[in-house]
Amino acid sequence: MTSQASPAPPAQAAPLASRPARLPRWALPLAGAAALAAAYLVFRGTATLPHDDDAAPFQWINDVRAWVDANRNQSPIFLFFVNYVRLFVGGLHDLLHLVLQGPGWTGLTGIAAGLGWLTGGWRIALLAAAGFGSFGILGLWEASVATLALVLTAVLLSLAVGLPLGVWAGLSPRLRRLLTPVLDVMQIMPTFAYLAPMVLFFQIGPASAAIATMIYSIPPAIRITALAVEQVSPAAVEASGSLGATRWQTLRKVQLPMARATIGLAVNQTIMMALSMVVIAALIAAPGLGSDIIRGLTRANVGLMLPAGIAIVVMAIVLDRITMSAAARTPHRTGGRTRWVVHRAVAAALALGGVALGRLLPAEFPAEWVVRFAGPVNEAVTWAKFSWYGVTDAVRNLTTEALLNPLQSVLTGAPWWLVAAAALALAWRTGGPRPAVVAVGCLLATALLGLWQHTMETLTTVLVAVAVTLLIGLLLGVAAARSPRFAALQRPLLDAAQTMPAFVYLLPALALFGATRFTAVFASVIYAVPPVVRLVEDGIRNVSPAVVEAALSCGSTERQLLWKVRLPLARRAILLAANQGIVMTLAMVVVGGLVGAGGLGYDVVSGFSQRTDFGMGFAAGVATVLLGIMLDRITQGADTRASSRTPTPTTDRRNKRKMRTA
Amino acid sequence: MRIAHRIRLLAGVLALGLAAGCGGATVDTGSGSTAQPSGGATGSAAPSGAGTVKIAINPWAGYEASAAVISHLLEEKLGYTVEKKELAEQVSWEGFENGDVDVIVENWGHEDLKKTFIEEKKVAVEAGSTGNKGVIGWYIPKWMADEYPGITDYKNLNKYAHLFKTSESGDKGQLLFGDPSYVSNEEAIIKNLKLNYKVVVGGSEAALIESATQAQQQKKPLLFYFWDPHWLFNKVELTRVNLPPYTEGCDADPKKVACDYAELDLDKIVSKKFAETGGKAYELVKNFKWTNEHQNAVANDITNNGLSAEEAAKKWVEANQAVWSAWIPQ
Repeated sequence: MTSQASPAPPAQAAPLASRPARLPRWALPLAGAAALAAAYLVFRGTATLPHDDDAAPFQWINDVRAWVDANRNQSPIFLFFVNYVRLFVGGLHDLLHLVLQGPGWTGLTGIAAGLGWLTGGWRIALLAAAGFGSFGILGLWEASVATLALVLTAVLLSLAVGLPLGVWAGLSPRLRRLLTPVLDVMQIMPTFAYLAPMVLFFQIGPASAAIATMIYSIPPAIRITALAVEQVSPAAVEASGSLGATRWQTLRKVQLPMARATIGLAVNQTIMMALSMVVIAALIAAPGLGSDIIRGLTRANVGLMLPAGIAIVVMAIVLDRITMSAAARTPHRTGGRTRWVVHRAVAAALALGGVALGRLLPAEFPAEWVVRFAGPVNEAVTWAKFSWYGVTDAVRNLTTEALLNPLQSVLTGAPWWLVAAAALALAWRTGGPRPAVVAVGCLLATALLGLWQHTMETLTTVLVAVAVTLLIGLLLGVAAARSPRFAALQRPLLDAAQTMPAFVYLLPALALFGATRFTAVFASVIYAVPPVVRLVEDGIRNVSPAVVEAALSCGSTERQLLWKVRLPLARRAILLAANQGIVMTLAMVVVGGLVGAGGLGYDVVSGFSQRTDFGMGFAAGVATVLLGIMLDRITQGADTRASSRTPTPTTDRRNKRKMRTA
Repeated sequence: MRIAHRIRLLAGVLALGLAAGCGGATVDTGSGSTAQPSGGATGSAAPSGAGTVKIAINPWAGYEASAAVISHLLEEKLGYTVEKKELAEQVSWEGFENGDVDVIVENWGHEDLKKTFIEEKKVAVEAGSTGNKGVIGWYIPKWMADEYPGITDYKNLNKYAHLFKTSESGDKGQLLFGDPSYVSNEEAIIKNLKLNYKVVVGGSEAALIESATQAQQQKKPLLFYFWDPHWLFNKVELTRVNLPPYTEGCDADPKKVACDYAELDLDKIVSKKFAETGGKAYELVKNFKWTNEHQNAVANDITNNGLSAEEAAKKWVEANQAVWSAWIPQ
């Protein structure tokens, strides 16, 4: 995100230069909008596609399900492949769980500290020890170890498959082109939507939870590794080749070592993604912290789920810091052999010290050390619920009446061809003919799936959530870019908002706003704001200081500087932020379905929990992906068009991929 | 000691996996690291005596109360280890197939699932009634029944639909529903009785309880899905709406339901393997039988008196020895 620094020509003029000069630049969009509005008024209520629970595609998927269910113990595909995969993954999980339980709580804490010491010195060692210790203090030692085992299983499998594939994709652009759409789908597909198929193929339990987690966490492993290998300087590769190295030697001795730091990032991101699946995995009987959160959600008990939420955040921080410092470490040892030995010795001492301590202390984490705060938390929530009721009620009703309801009645009341025409026009204008065709294709496919009406309902909540997210993101991002102190203050909050399982803040939201679409919008906004703030902050900060100084010396005020210089020059970062906001919001659609958002999210949820709705749930998962691709094409188009004038569009696209996985 | 136990188990499972190799792997050979009390597929590796019982926990307080008492007795009186798994109703049944679930302690009807898993797949069996009578229905706060004559008759619901309008239900009345995994005929009933209502999903039992409490305190109209046995009836005065009465078979076709829910004899379902090899644990589950009042007392302690499920179960067990001593197998 550094290329904005090159001063671009005055923003808007270029793309319209070829049009006849007489027509003002706003005339065409305005005419288009007017035509659409007129068509809506004339044709409103005709050619709508109301929802039908028994649409043919749902029945068809249900039949497939019935076949699988009946043939699980007969068909060779299952006997010789699927069931073995399940046995293998289940066995690996049990083994890892056993290994982690082996050293006891003191031993495992010591080992974590030793690892921290090895990768990042005493700071990380301390952090790791404190982090692991806190699992016990929260009263969640057993559950945390179970979660760690599940995450490790999924991460190991993801890396075993993802790293080689990533290296290969880095060397072969063709494979990369082939993989990209697949990975896109894996990431936009709501995780809920493949839980039911997971259960169908692999039954409930840790094995299918690990596989579901893997589907979600493997894309960053592949993407970032491919990027790392590809970015190795071509000069180094050529030099190696001209010195007579074989391709294999070049890969092992040049490309992989040079890509090492970035591959470390791939490992890091894979772990983070796997952790974010912990809660969802609990729905199919994976043991661990997720199950506490599910319990809290079904009992509407924030005090019950908050410790588990904190434990997940702490685990994320510890694993993040350890892997990041491992990746950042220079591969060459500095300071000679003795120092290296001392280094290892300290790590071993920490680990052994932990194990030895286990002999002195009880094997189970002592119950009297556990801090319980469920009571006060619940009291605080109850207090907030009653004393803020008037305000929250008003905010909710205003948003619902002023934004959600009108937009929804327009989208569901308009004929399908009119909505499609609007999408076509919009995508064409922002991106050109190809994205436009893709966008409309995706939109119409949702109708073929029998989910038009629910797609429109979901589109409504997504659009409102994105608008609110962008507004908040812009405000916070601009503020952070202008005041480093504010930025430092809000960074940990943003981090927490991103790693905290959505369910934890969903519940207070539910208490305050009830089971409504507004609650869903609220949850998406909390989830999507952090990356938007970061991108905006980054974009504004990277505006060339020379340009800023030039503007200042021409006598522009702070306000003019912001509106006329900084924001326009950061335009691309802001568009990217919008794109990211949409992707993140969509990821929350299903979670929203749990709290009254209806639409596709609820279809997916009910497809998971009611066997008769299996088909509808799966189709709704696919429809969510289609909706995601459509919105991505529309906003991505805007992005590429804006970037066509800058010198290095490709690096930026790469950065963007990277951002998306982050 | 537990570790050593698990290592032996793992070895057993791996050996079994290899042994199954020649004929391909079927689902039930892979029951993972589950420790059946004795015998069974993993029997060669499992020690005799107490083992692990896996109980599915479905998401409502009454269920949790029954499960808590059974778990407490299994652990304290018979020396078993209990693994509780937070699962939705239908998902729990899937667990019978590969051994991830041994017991469902409160089953609400589910004739279709019984047909699939008990009759066709033969992986589960019934383990008798819990003694609880369960009935699902539509409820309104009592003050509404007093204020609006005839509102408890479904024929008058359309007349009063405007009262139940919310920001989520548009121009229709709102019928608040609970967890998406609950047993539900709501959509069909509304459609077939031509009611001008829309089902709005609250997402959990807690959402229903909260709305009902507010409906009484702040005199807000509310029509909602609820069930008995439930402790809420002792706290909030509720009146049931009379749908066309249940007759045998009127709910046979889920699309054509136009009648009220049947009163169900809630029962326990266990996996076939657990029934065959569960020993005393199975006996205890089979013998478990109590009343709606018992369940409400425990559920009330869990939800309203700040007790954990374990504490509430302990309290009840200490006070009701006469009831549970009959369940303990000799």
